[in-house]
Amino acid sequence: MTTEASAPLQLERLACRRAGRLVFGDLSFRIEAGQAAALRGPNGVGKSTLLRQLAGLIPVAGGDARLGDVSLAADRQGFQERVAYAGHLDAVKPALGIGENLAVWAGIHGTDPARAGAALARFGLDGIAARPAGQCSAGQKRRLGLARLLVMDRPLWLLDEPTVSLDAESTALVADLVREHVEAGGIALIATHVELGLGDIPVLRMTPPRVEARAEDDPFLAGAW
Amino acid sequence: MKGLASLLSRDIRLALRLGGGGGIGVAFFVLAVVLIPLGVGREATTLARIAGGVIWIAALLAALLSLDRIFQADFEDGSLDQLMLAPLALEQVVLAKSIAHWLTTGLPVTIIAPVLGAMLQLPGSALPALAAGMAFGTPALSLIGAVGAAITVGVRRGGLLLSILVLPLYIPTLIFGARAVEQSLLDLSPWPSLGLVAALTLFSAALTPFAAAAALRINLR
Repeated sequence: MTTEASAPLQLERLACRRAGRLVFGDLSFRIEAGQAAALRGPNGVGKSTLLRQLAGLIPVAGGDARLGDVSLAADRQGFQERVAYAGHLDAVKPALGIGENLAVWAGIHGTDPARAGAALARFGLDGIAARPAGQCSAGQKRRLGLARLLVMDRPLWLLDEPTVSLDAESTALVADLVREHVEAGGIALIATHVELGLGDIPVLRMTPPRVEARAEDDPFLAGAW
Repeated sequence: MKGLASLLSRDIRLALRLGGGGGIGVAFFVLAVVLIPLGVGREATTLARIAGGVIWIAALLAALLSLDRIFQADFEDGSLDQLMLAPLALEQVVLAKSIAHWLTTGLPVTIIAPVLGAMLQLPGSALPALAAGMAFGTPALSLIGAVGAAITVGVRRGGLLLSILVLPLYIPTLIFGARAVEQSLLDLSPWPSLGLVAALTLFSAALTPFAAAAALRINLR
């Protein structure tokens, strides 16, 4: 992990299109290894879309993202294997127990089951590990979703509003975990509206794309008249 | 391999627990077949003639009923996003989920089918052909169904669309599965039909994981 983790994340004129609409067109940014960055911007500007794209779930429409020498556009599988993503959905199964939920993901990622136990303890869920996850509060479900980050050895963390429905104590815990992750050489890109207390970290500020009619894209300008 | 085993055991546990729908498909299968004598009368020769086809159709419908659970819940709660990032190929994920679906619907249906066949006055000599056809053919139902489930995964209440997509693809398995029973009733060898049923399953196993994985990648965008 240490060799991979020492690679910076570089966005090079990254573009994203959804259903033909340009979400963002020319995004360049660099996060050094061992650094966390905040992703900010108004609602609907495409923060979640960017994180999903970096997780390899949405195709790259132009430009590239590189983690060291691994390119998202050229080697999506390889890029995905270095990414941990925590989105709006916690991927928690209500019919399984809390401990069971995390043990499944530890099994899928081939990590030591003992680490799943440690991750539960870290998030204060070890006391209720046998309880069905369907009985959890929203905050407990979110903590269980975030605990998955600790059973995946991934250098790049993509966190989409990780502190939603968390109390102050758990928010501070998330900040601690991010700090530990970057101190170990990892990278974190965090979309958040609250101040996580990570100090003076670089900010990737997204703005709505200026809509420009370009002749080669627009059939009405490209000779249809 | 260990990762796939974890996923497989998770899906089986989810299917068997409350609300997982594992037992529903099997209960539906039994009920549908039990209703047949009430509709067509209890004359033994009539029942024996239609038994093979009726049991096969009920098995198709039982498989269909539970197909949406292969991907829909995982799509809605974000598990599918996480599975895309897991160190497993998506094709392997699809195969593991199809196997879990078969183990919780196709396998119990196969075990119960001879009992229901006997109930429908099917002679004992035709029961092995029914059981073997089910064992060889029901995996194809789960595999082909996974493609339909992957295509309709983002669709709200996509169950009806799923049926329309998948049922026509079940036709070859139905024809040769029912034909094996018919041939053994006529004292002919059921093996040519059984061989074709098994071939359909192998053909599905080779192709459907790729088709379903491609459909999932498009639907997750």
